[in-house]
Amino acid sequence: MKTDDLIKLLTQDAAVSFRLAPSMAAALVGSVCVSAAVLLLTIGIRPDFADAIYAGRVVFKLGITLLAAVIAANLVFRIGRPGADLGLPKLLLFVPPVLVVAAVVAELFAIPASSWKASMMGRNSAVCLIFIPLLSLAPLLGSFIVLRRTAPQHPGLAGAVAGLMSGCIAASLYAWRCPDDSPLFLAVWYTVSILGVSAAGYLIGGRVLKW
Amino acid sequence: MNGDTEAYHQFLVAVTPHLRAMAKRRCRQFGAEAVEVEDIVQEVLLAVHTKRGTWDRTRPIGPWLSAIVRNKLIDSLRRRNRHGGLPIDDFTETLAAEERQETVTDRLDTERVLALLKPQQRDIVRSIAIDGSGVRDTAERLGMTEGAVRVALHRALRFLSARYGSK
Repeated sequence: MKTDDLIKLLTQDAAVSFRLAPSMAAALVGSVCVSAAVLLLTIGIRPDFADAIYAGRVVFKLGITLLAAVIAANLVFRIGRPGADLGLPKLLLFVPPVLVVAAVVAELFAIPASSWKASMMGRNSAVCLIFIPLLSLAPLLGSFIVLRRTAPQHPGLAGAVAGLMSGCIAASLYAWRCPDDSPLFLAVWYTVSILGVSAAGYLIGGRVLKW
Repeated sequence: MNGDTEAYHQFLVAVTPHLRAMAKRRCRQFGAEAVEVEDIVQEVLLAVHTKRGTWDRTRPIGPWLSAIVRNKLIDSLRRRNRHGGLPIDDFTETLAAEERQETVTDRLDTERVLALLKPQQRDIVRSIAIDGSGVRDTAERLGMTEGAVRVALHRALRFLSARYGSK
């Protein structure tokens, strides 16, 4: 085909049927609703939620996971745009880990050494390891469907960031149920779950986000 | 890029010579044959087209465009290289041969591309690209609605673009 002919073809298909930002926003709102519904219909939120919400540790757990999700989502909105400036959004990714480390240090001073291990292991680490990946499925699927129509420079990394965001969204939902409030627990089990989802995103992204 | 056909056509026509120049330069760098330039230009155009929804309209189009082009050029050359289609030739000789060979590769490419499409999509593509008809005339001739022609064309282009990516 002549290039001029191709241009004729493309011109006749000028209408833009896809816009990144609205599509991604719709995908995320929809998938968060799905994951929240899954949580409510299975294990629900913690029975003592009304009281627990006033504890500093619970507030930290809810806040930090939400913050991490927002920071990762900010990057997901940009990573599919060729030529977008990702410098600051990438740097912001370091904020949540720093806050978690600070919280861990504070916790080590706040509780006696004898209870460090019990706080870290918690009561429900297995549920955490299952539910964070489970609740991340909807946002992972939603963001990938949208990212497939974009043009990420590094498909694997784009997948990893989408996985990171999905894991953080899932964690911020699961935090409404999770009875283990110590930052020590959060630093180990939440981190492992979220990084697992992110690694899965990397592997899938390398395959399906190529363009 | 607001669906304004005339403006979009001007944009594509204006961009193509730059793409061609860049493709030529890269081909020389990678030792690719100059006859592949036009293929690469078309591949990049398809990428620009299918990914146009990722352009943030509040930003200048330059960086967006050059990022896509850079990515796609390198991608395309690597793929061609891997498939062993790139003997390192004497470039001046290839240049001389370019004019002569262009029509041949163009025709081969058309046949190949059309063969991949569904019959209806093929009719539409042929009508618009090669006969130069508009969507309305094509719709009338094929007894379809304009909307149906647009959708079929859109699908055909996405299919072609995906096809290039996996080649």
